[in-house]
Amino acid sequence: MTTKYAETEQRQAAVKHVGRPVDRVDGRAKTTGEARYAAEHRHPGMAHAALVHATVARGRIESLDTEAARAVPGVIEVLTHENAPPMKPAPKRSLLNLSSLASGTTVSYLGTDEVHWNGQPVAVVVAETPEAARHAATLVRVTYRELPAVVDFAAEEPNAVQQKGSMIQPAGGDKGDAAVALAAAPVSVDLRFTTPPHHHNAIEPHATVAVWDGDHLTVHESTQHIAWLRRHLALRFGIPERAIRVLSPYVGGGFGGKYAVWAGTLLAVLAARATARPVRLALTREAVHRTVGARTPTVQRVALGADAGGDLTALIHTSVAMTSRIGGMPEGVVSPSRHLYDAATIHLRQRLVRLDLLANTSMRAPGDSVGSFALESAMDELACELGMDPVELRMRNEPARNPMDGKPFSHRMLREAYEVGAERFGWRERDPGAGSMRDGRWLVGMGVATAYHPSMVMPAAVTVRMDAGGEVVVRCALQEIGVGAATVQAQIAADELGVPLEAVRVEIGDSELPEGPGAGGSAQTASGAEGVLAACRKLKESALALARRSPDSPLRGRRLDDLEARDGGLHHGGDGETYAAILARAGRDHLEAGGRTGMLKFLARALNDRRRWVKAACGAHFCEVRVDQDTGEVRVSRWLGVFDIGRVINAKTAAAQLRGGIVMGIGMALSEASQVDPRTGRIMNPSLAEYHVPVHADVPPIDVQWLDVPDPTMPLGLLGIGEVGITGVAAAVANAVRHATGKRVADLPITLDKLL
Amino acid sequence: MRVNGAVESLDVQPWVSLLDALRDRLGVTGPKKGCDQGACGACTVLADGVRINACLALAVQYDGREITTVEGLASGEELHPLQAAFIRHDGLQCGYCTPGQLCSAVAMLAEHRAGMPSAVTERSGELTEAEIRERMSGNLCRCGAYNGIVDAIRDVAAQEAR
Ligand code: FES
Ligand code: FES
Repeated sequence: MTTKYAETEQRQAAVKHVGRPVDRVDGRAKTTGEARYAAEHRHPGMAHAALVHATVARGRIESLDTEAARAVPGVIEVLTHENAPPMKPAPKRSLLNLSSLASGTTVSYLGTDEVHWNGQPVAVVVAETPEAARHAATLVRVTYRELPAVVDFAAEEPNAVQQKGSMIQPAGGDKGDAAVALAAAPVSVDLRFTTPPHHHNAIEPHATVAVWDGDHLTVHESTQHIAWLRRHLALRFGIPERAIRVLSPYVGGGFGGKYAVWAGTLLAVLAARATARPVRLALTREAVHRTVGARTPTVQRVALGADAGGDLTALIHTSVAMTSRIGGMPEGVVSPSRHLYDAATIHLRQRLVRLDLLANTSMRAPGDSVGSFALESAMDELACELGMDPVELRMRNEPARNPMDGKPFSHRMLREAYEVGAERFGWRERDPGAGSMRDGRWLVGMGVATAYHPSMVMPAAVTVRMDAGGEVVVRCALQEIGVGAATVQAQIAADELGVPLEAVRVEIGDSELPEGPGAGGSAQTASGAEGVLAACRKLKESALALARRSPDSPLRGRRLDDLEARDGGLHHGGDGETYAAILARAGRDHLEAGGRTGMLKFLARALNDRRRWVKAACGAHFCEVRVDQDTGEVRVSRWLGVFDIGRVINAKTAAAQLRGGIVMGIGMALSEASQVDPRTGRIMNPSLAEYHVPVHADVPPIDVQWLDVPDPTMPLGLLGIGEVGITGVAAAVANAVRHATGKRVADLPITLDKLL
Repeated sequence: MRVNGAVESLDVQPWVSLLDALRDRLGVTGPKKGCDQGACGACTVLADGVRINACLALAVQYDGREITTVEGLASGEELHPLQAAFIRHDGLQCGYCTPGQLCSAVAMLAEHRAGMPSAVTERSGELTEAEIRERMSGNLCRCGAYNGIVDAIRDVAAQEAR
């Protein structure tokens, strides 16, 4: 399945488990029903909570009538701002304390009579059974004094303000005068794109089981960031972090929706404190939509100018996105335009509107997924204008260095990805004329688009313990959201120590373990790998130090760098010793090593790294669609993605991540949209029946390939794969639809009404 | 009610769903709750061998019936061929839709064997990839493990045919 495009000699020599398609270590637990997710933990005396949501976008609560709710048999308590215990305010955002980014919103839930969005929880019912809680919640009567609210994103566009940049994320930039160059360009396109809000819709709705034992708190949670959650809870409830244990061994999907801390989690903990009972709050699908932020909608302009030969003379990409008055994440919408094309002039701007809506949040490839839709659609349109093949146009404008600032790429093999992809997909068979390819009643179209996602590493503390029997335990509070977190780190540790894969057990998902990175930014695997590599090295150093103490050891006088870890020990050519022998001679029953990077050191290193390199995963999507000539129905019939993602640790789980991104991108292209009522700010389709994610029938076999060349600057050379897959997908579909029908759809999703 | 072969007697109010009865009352948490309204298939279980959405069923309707959940598919330590195939073909990521996919797949293969057609059934009645995708479309997977799921089902169907 994998294209072995090139392999370094070193890799062939050292690797035993890394790169192999190893089965997931938790496959059995997940296929037998043994794996327990957050809502499935029971505690003696556990009560159940349900939320009551505000029905106005902005205002103050005038009256609350909880009598009927309280009268429901089994109801224990109805918490409102009138009787709930106080919570401390959300922390101020700071880059020096990244966990301050964990607040989904800044609202003091049940600490105020103010309503900030349509859907804000205004009461929590706690009852003996989930049914009683749910029923009673429908009986709480609330009246509001409504205040004027700004909820219509489209109408607010003229009021957008410049987004501020940060050290980590610039919000705009200029190279030369793009407006002048565009006006002078012999060939140009100027397009306006819109993308709607998208919701993560992990199949597991957010759930919390909160148990107080005096001032000690245990939380079973579905989270992408155990460490942030724990720190956030400590702040909000005024208890030390060490008094909190967060357990999250299995997370039923996240995609960004479980990265921050949202109302449900805080209110479960609050309700448990108020009622002195363990409380479970499992959000309904509707409550997930009402209380967990979504991807911002965007309006974008991309204008491109080129000379007759297709060299870009001007690239203009501007965007408007949202944040909320109660928080939200400003997205880097135009980010792909910083990196993809070697245009002579570039103009980039991002603007924001602030709305009285639930705060937006990261969703798979924030910025890049929507930004790539606009940029890569415009490139296709330019290719049509030029009468040039869209792959060729991209290759003509492939930069040698980062276009905005001339920084070197740590690694970039996009050209190779297109070459491999064009060959494998049969791109040459494409007849460039719009509507020229047919299969019976179906208009067939083929489109390409580039995938691009920045790579990064976060700090991770890892310990590795090896006992005399050879068993290795790697410990780190990673989150398993479906990426194979434990599986890949086991492969890495097994190779690094030279022990069998079966000997390694990886413990994750518990705040008692050394602090891990979050499962986000496509950074968990690389960050964990860095920690595992460092800990394994230290462990080998201790083993070697023990061995060298003995005159009988064949390792005496050796340095670690001269040794090879294999066959359960350290070796130099034919000489060597097993760890078991070293431990036995030293009379030790185990070895343990580990370490962590402090935040300041981490930031200093990260900034230095940023100054030197631009690093990213990239790839080429090839898509074939069929469009019904009469109804405009679009079916994706073939897909190939060829990726430059550095080294791949596990061929199975890597393929799964890339495919998963493509599937979500197909949803984004063809069906997904959260609909916000422009009058009331209420989400109108908060369900899986009305928010359409791709189903089996929508997804053809997806061919994914990778070049498998390690990046020299990343741990083990891996670039991160969770998000790159979705970038460019919607554009590839739109471009294929353009080829099939001659119609450029610039407003997502591409529903059939737009093709009639 | 028999759940995975064991007799369970349960006193529940008439409005309790089969899904909540299994998960909250009996602690049988294999069946998952993804939407509680029949839209995702995560709660799929077998009632006398037929697949149903347990969130749309009331527990009292299933008085005396045989319910099989994902926990009941393996025989002892030995995985059901579909479970093993899901692992082999990586037909799962987060695992939350997996119990529903598995129960659905078991029943779907039985439906196909019994000659029940689907919207895309061709005359040959062959279990094509399109057939599997059509018949499994009530089971959402947000992680997008669809390809692996279909491969796993095809693999098992081919084994059975042999
Ligand atoms: S939980 Fe039953 S179909 Fe979604
Ligand atoms: S494996 Fe996560 S939803 Fe299917």
